[in-house]
Amino acid sequence: MNIIDKIKVAGLTGRGGAEFPTAQKWQSVLNAKKANPKKPVYVVCNLSEGEPGVDKDMHIVEYFPEDVIIGMRAAIETFHADKAYIFVQSHNLKKVKSRLGPFIKRLPIVFFPEDRGYLAGEETALIETIEGNRTEPRLKPPYPTEKGLFGCPTLVNNLETFYCVSRILRGEYNSTRFISIRGDARNPGVFEMPCTATIEHILKKTKNVPRFGYFVQVGGGASGNILLPEELETTIKGAGSIMIYGTKKTDGRKLMKRWVEFFYRSNCGKCAPCREGVYRLREELGKAKPNWLILRAVLETMRDSSFCPLGKSVHEPMMSFMEKIGVK
Amino acid sequence: MPKKFQIKIDGKNIDAMEGETILQAALRSNIDIPHLCQHPDLSVRANCRMCMVSVKGIRSLVTACSTNVAPGMEIISKSPAIKRSRKFNLEMIFGEHVEDCPVCVWNSRCDLLKYRKELNSKMLRFEDRKVRRPIYEFGPIVFDQTKCIDCRNCVEVCPVEYLEVSGKGSEIGIEPSANRKKDCIACGQCIVHCPAGAIKSVGEYSAIDKLEKLFKQKDKIVVVQFAPSIRVSIGEELGLPYGAAATNQLSAGLRALGFNYVFDTSAAADFTTIEEASEAVERIKKGENLPIFTSCCPSWVMFMEFNRPDYVKHLSTARSPEIMLGGLIKTYWAEKEKIDPKQIISVSVMPCTSKKFEIERPEFKINGLKPVDIVITTRELSRWLLNKKIDLKKIKPSMADNPFGDPSGAGVIYGASGGVMESALRTAYWILTGENLKDYNLFKNVRGLDGIKRAVIKLPRPLKTAKGVRTELRVVVTNMIKNARLILDELKKDPSAYDFVEVMTCPGGCIGGGGQSMPVDNSIRERRASSLYVIDGEKKIRLAHENPAVLKAYDDYFKDVNKKHLVFHTKFYPKNRTKIITRRRVKADGALQSDKYKK
Ligand code: SF4
Ligand code: SF4
Ligand code: SF4
Ligand code: SF4
Ligand code: FES
Repeated sequence: MNIIDKIKVAGLTGRGGAEFPTAQKWQSVLNAKKANPKKPVYVVCNLSEGEPGVDKDMHIVEYFPEDVIIGMRAAIETFHADKAYIFVQSHNLKKVKSRLGPFIKRLPIVFFPEDRGYLAGEETALIETIEGNRTEPRLKPPYPTEKGLFGCPTLVNNLETFYCVSRILRGEYNSTRFISIRGDARNPGVFEMPCTATIEHILKKTKNVPRFGYFVQVGGGASGNILLPEELETTIKGAGSIMIYGTKKTDGRKLMKRWVEFFYRSNCGKCAPCREGVYRLREELGKAKPNWLILRAVLETMRDSSFCPLGKSVHEPMMSFMEKIGVK
Repeated sequence: MPKKFQIKIDGKNIDAMEGETILQAALRSNIDIPHLCQHPDLSVRANCRMCMVSVKGIRSLVTACSTNVAPGMEIISKSPAIKRSRKFNLEMIFGEHVEDCPVCVWNSRCDLLKYRKELNSKMLRFEDRKVRRPIYEFGPIVFDQTKCIDCRNCVEVCPVEYLEVSGKGSEIGIEPSANRKKDCIACGQCIVHCPAGAIKSVGEYSAIDKLEKLFKQKDKIVVVQFAPSIRVSIGEELGLPYGAAATNQLSAGLRALGFNYVFDTSAAADFTTIEEASEAVERIKKGENLPIFTSCCPSWVMFMEFNRPDYVKHLSTARSPEIMLGGLIKTYWAEKEKIDPKQIISVSVMPCTSKKFEIERPEFKINGLKPVDIVITTRELSRWLLNKKIDLKKIKPSMADNPFGDPSGAGVIYGASGGVMESALRTAYWILTGENLKDYNLFKNVRGLDGIKRAVIKLPRPLKTAKGVRTELRVVVTNMIKNARLILDELKKDPSAYDFVEVMTCPGGCIGGGGQSMPVDNSIRERRASSLYVIDGEKKIRLAHENPAVLKAYDDYFKDVNKKHLVFHTKFYPKNRTKIITRRRVKADGALQSDKYKK
């Protein structure tokens, strides 16, 4: 069995949050390479991890550095890639270099430090960043697997995905994923759990079931969905993260403002609904009496018509919060 | 041939072609899907998000401007959800756009208002968030950030990458480049490609008042000239079809406004042709500074002076027709009419924004006077006629005044890319052979909207030059700076690749100029250009050197070489970077204007 088949059998999906089948991505790059053997191929390990509450990739860097490089090596060899990048936030560079560096050896892997924020983790925005352009998403198609970095076939995978590939190669992959548990957690940290584990199970297993009234935000500390304690019999969608909030101690308006501030800082400004929408959300929430109807309409417009996942994703936490917890 | 198939939009079957987008197919079948950032001249950026549609089988909405059609595709463009998202999106776009419709280049004919009506969007839902943003003025261009909706059309269309996106998120703004090696060449392409009227030329629309005041001054004689391309574009904002020829309606309209004399710049183009053709023949014979570049496009001249000072000696020293005519009016004509040239206010109607800059060049001055005092654009004239309720459809046509009222066909085609070259070749042919051209299709290769048009001209008899005997001439006609750059690259490799190069900055030449009627796209430019060639074809006299008024002027006045130099020729020099002036909307003013309009 070749590596792509192995990944396919393992049923691996991307760990950045989009959950795209990894084998399919690899196959597309390989097809592009075969169609045009002279063109260079690039491999990128995405370690930008820019969302609040999500830090599981840095945990993997700390504890499983060799696996990351083994996974990357597999990709480099599969595509005869010319160059591979580790796309990492500048402030993490030193640590990442010291952990991963020793395993790189003669592989054509370089570090690409950046400080462009959350959006830089979106794969086309990441490519634009490496090319030296504004950190903004690109139109798709063409997909990066065909025309990515410098117009060449490019594989962009989350760091955890490469870790999983390594596990698959070693025959040690058990369909687990890393989850960071933060917020008002009793026992915060990063935990490796079965992909099929429900949130309820995860909280129990990690001794994180709060003793107070709470709700959680799952899949990212800004863009994640809000779930109530009775809704936790489901698996995690999106990035591997659970934020726990004590209901009493959380000021809803403040929390929403915090999310909006984050998106305000992070959006690129390319498309109208997100650029204008986030501005108006911020403006509205700043008022003594926000107009919730307008807020809702802005969010829906952003969800339905934003260019990239960032703008589309603002709706989910805000609406689910307003509906489930409610604000005054 | 691309494959043809059918798709369905809102239940209606329409034809579509492989490789085109949903929006293209829809527009071709006269189905309008709201779109603001997609201009047919430019690439797809998909950032206004107004064109959201739903496609059967795809879960989320997609943008019609960036999604290609596929056989059997079923598209819904009008569901309540889609309408709601568009309506609200547009309201937010209005929130970053200060409306000053009465003085906007779109004069309420913009797509923002069109879709507002269709979608029932509220213009006032949100406060104008950009009201305190800067308004830049560089050369003849006014760039108003308070109106900018961040679509980036101007950034893409700018031939010299002078406009740049700065900042991110809602802080984003389009800024003139800080790079000292870049300078605006005043072409105005950013204006005609801006959906939001955020850019205009200095004087839009205050020049009208200024002129009306001048009309009232009894000691002034206000003379106007109109450029070749105006006759085929002036009607467009006034209810005539795109590209409709309206030469004599235009003259009559200018008279009705109150101008004392109306002249046709095309008549002066005949002088330009003679001067330029003679210069070209002369230089080819001497083998000096070849190729010769045309110089009647002031943006191209600015481009060369700023970016390629090493090459300016290649530019033809002939002044542009407009400047020649201004000079003729204040010398030859004034003398004939026994008018003190100081009394003359020389006005020109131009398709061009850089003409507003060109008239300030000090070296043009003749006895201390500027050949042209005020330039207005096609748009300004349209607005003026509209305000005065002068209807070109109903007006009784009348010819422009003599002696500059009746151009040759050669003078008329100056308005289209290739026109200057063709006119010059017609006359050069005569200079070289002593015979007039019989087949007017001989130089047809240089016509059309293509960016680069090359032609090899077989000489009727061998020509002895300082660099050997020549049996043919190689010419090239380009429009748009990106194409001119390619030619400059070719010349770097092979300096003798061409003898004669025509360059116009705007797509299709002056018919696509930055001062022209809006909107504009390829099909509109095509109609304007073909109208000019129709006029040429219908003219009895189609050669510049056959224009009797021109011949008379040469005989009566321009035997004196000094006079010829003074009125017809100029020089070039390296150019400094244009200064940028920053202003802001006075708060009261901004509020006042919005209030007035918002009711
Ligand atoms: S959705 Fe937001 S982040 Fe994404 S392209 Fe639009 S403005 Fe940029
Ligand atoms: S100011 Fe705005 S709304 Fe008014 S005409 Fe111009 S572009 Fe349209
Ligand atoms: S006038 Fe022309 S050169 Fe100047 S900014 Fe606009 S597009 Fe660019
Ligand atoms: S100035 Fe006009 S063309 Fe340029 S980005 Fe703004 S709205 Fe678009
Ligand atoms: S026209 Fe499609 S996004 Fe602007």
